[in-house]
Parts: sequence; C-alpha cells; structure tokens
Amino acid sequence: MNLLRAAVLLALLCMVNLTVAAVPMPKLDIGKGGQCVEDPKFMRKNHMKLIVHQRDETMRQGIRGGKYSLAECVNCHSSKVDNSVLGSSEHFCQECHEYAAVKIDCFECHSSKRKVIAEASK
Amino acid sequence: MSDKVNLNRRQFLGKASAAIAGIAIAPGMLLFDFAHARPAGEAASSAVRWGMLIDTTQCDSGCNECVSACGKENGWPEAKSPTDVQWIRKVELKQVSTGRQTSLPMMCQHCAEPPCVDVCPTNASFKRADGIVLVDKHRCIGCRYCMMACPYKARSFVHEPVLDHNSDMPRGKGTVESCTLCVHRVDRGEQPACVEACAKAGHRAILFGDLNDPHSEIYLRIRSVASAQLRADLGLNPGISFVGL
Repeated sequence: MNLLRAAVLLALLCMVNLTVAAVPMPKLDIGKGGQCVEDPKFMRKNHMKLIVHQRDETMRQGIRGGKYSLAECVNCHSSKVDNSVLGSSEHFCQECHEYAAVKIDCFECHSSKRKVIAEASK
Repeated sequence: MSDKVNLNRRQFLGKASAAIAGIAIAPGMLLFDFAHARPAGEAASSAVRWGMLIDTTQCDSGCNECVSACGKENGWPEAKSPTDVQWIRKVELKQVSTGRQTSLPMMCQHCAEPPCVDVCPTNASFKRADGIVLVDKHRCIGCRYCMMACPYKARSFVHEPVLDHNSDMPRGKGTVESCTLCVHRVDRGEQPACVEACAKAGHRAILFGDLNDPHSEIYLRIRSVASAQLRADLGLNPGISFVGL
C-alpha cells in the first residue's frame, strides 16, 4: 500500500516538473539594451538589492549620480515603441515580474517612462 | 620649508585672483556663476542651509505663476477641493483696521526644528543636512501625524492613485508630501521652479539661496532689509522669511 502511495506521489511530482519545464521563458523587449551596469545574470537576481541601497542614500543624504539608479534602468530598458517598461507582457519589467509572480511596487510612485520623452509629452 | 610653502601659496593666490579678474565683466559681475551642482557621489552638506526670502511687496495678488510652475515641475494637478494636494498656495491677507492687502505664496517653511520630523513614527519625515525638510515615501505609512503637527498647514496627503509621474519627483497614493524646495533641481545647481517662474513673470518676489554663505545674495539681503519668519514665536526657525508683512 505504501509502495503504491509512493508511486502515485512520484508520478505527481513528475507531472509538476513537466509543467514547470513547459512554461516558456519570457520574451522581453529589452529596449536600448547594451552594456548593463553589472552582468545580466547578476542583475536578474540582484537588481532590487542594488537600488534599495541607492534609494536611501539619494533620498536621505542627497547623494546623486551613482552607478545604480532606477531612472537609468527605465532609460535603457523602456520599450522603443512606447518608451515604457510596463504595459504589456512584452515590456521589460512587467514580463519578468509576471513570470516570477512578484509584484512590482516601484512604479506606484516612480515614473515607468523614459525621462526625456516623459517630459516632452507634457 | 614653511617659507617655501607660504611663498607657493602666495603665488597661487596671486594667480588665482588674476584669473578671477580676467573672467569678471565688471566689478561684482562674473562670466559664469560660482554656484555649481554638487559633484556626483557627494552628500548634502550641513555647511549649507537653503532658504528663501519672499518679498510680499513684489508679489502680485492676481499672479499664480509660482503655484502652476510647482505643479508642472513636480507633477501635482491643480487643487479643486480642500483635500487635494497643494505643495504651494497663494494666500491673500487683509489687515482689518487699515484695509492693507498683502499677497504671498505659502509652502513648507523648511524649519530648522521641524515639528513634522519630531512626530513622525517611522522616521519618514526628516531634515536633510542642508536644511531641506522632506518625506521619505519609502517609509511613510500615511498616518498624517505630520500634517497635524505642522503649524503652516504645508503638507498634503495623496488620496488618489497617481497616474502620470514626473521622473524627477516620485509621488504615490497613501503618502504625505510637501514642498521639497525642488531638491532635484537644487542638487543640479538650479533654482526651485517657483523662483524661476516668479522671475519670468517679472516679479522677482522670491529669492533663493544659501543662508550660510556670506557671499550669497540672500545672506546680504536678510541682513540689510527688515524681514520676518512666520510664527517666529514658535521657535522653529523656518528657512523661509518674508519682507513687508
């Protein structure tokens, strides 16, 4: 009986594995792209840590012009079509966050549009 | 050894003053401004204290340029109801006995001893080293205690979701905000938007500068013209002073 249970469990686990493998990797509109401030592999895992540290220094001490900045993320990675990092499942931030099922809070307050364009359209 | 150092220093000073004389168009006028943006990576310094001197005799009661310039620069819409966001507003005063009318812009007074900072339970409300009082919206929980504590009613609560952000000034629902003295512009070495708009409208009622710099215009004006801080009796030492109240 226990053996049967184990077999059923194993079968279920295999199915789960199969479904995970079947989810396609995100297809991103990387915007301008090019050389990022760090290696892309590192950025995928750690981008939020870099700007959490920077945001406090900029906000509370007024240190500006550092290597890491959310505005620069948006400047490089906003779509060439509509200058935004949000909007559809192809937009840079949105798609990856949908894939990882992580809510983005940044753009509740910060602009999701490329700076120059955001100001010109006003 | 020390003689040599002094000589070099003297030579240097001589050359430096000659260079400065070279770029001066006329006495007191230079080809470029010496007030520059802080270098990248440098923190705001407590040697500086930003402030304003508002000349109410130059402020036109019909003019709203400072308010609309602030809204445009910082991305807040025109206030239609009393609970709408207002970083700066025009106030009209009338002395009952004489009927004398005064018009002035009111905003955060950037106190040296800000009560909004004292009461904040999360340390979101803080005073930067150079005297600018700000809200760290990453920490603000929207309790609005600071709004109660401010004697100038300078702060607003964002009730509605913000849809159109300016990249330089993040704003979001559920947080308190107020005049930042256009901190993003000041850090670039520029003047706040209201000051620029007032000058553009031909009034020049707002003078902005470093209250600690003996060479700044505001330092000299505050020492030569009668001015007053609002509710100076509270001992908050605001960075904003008024002429002609």
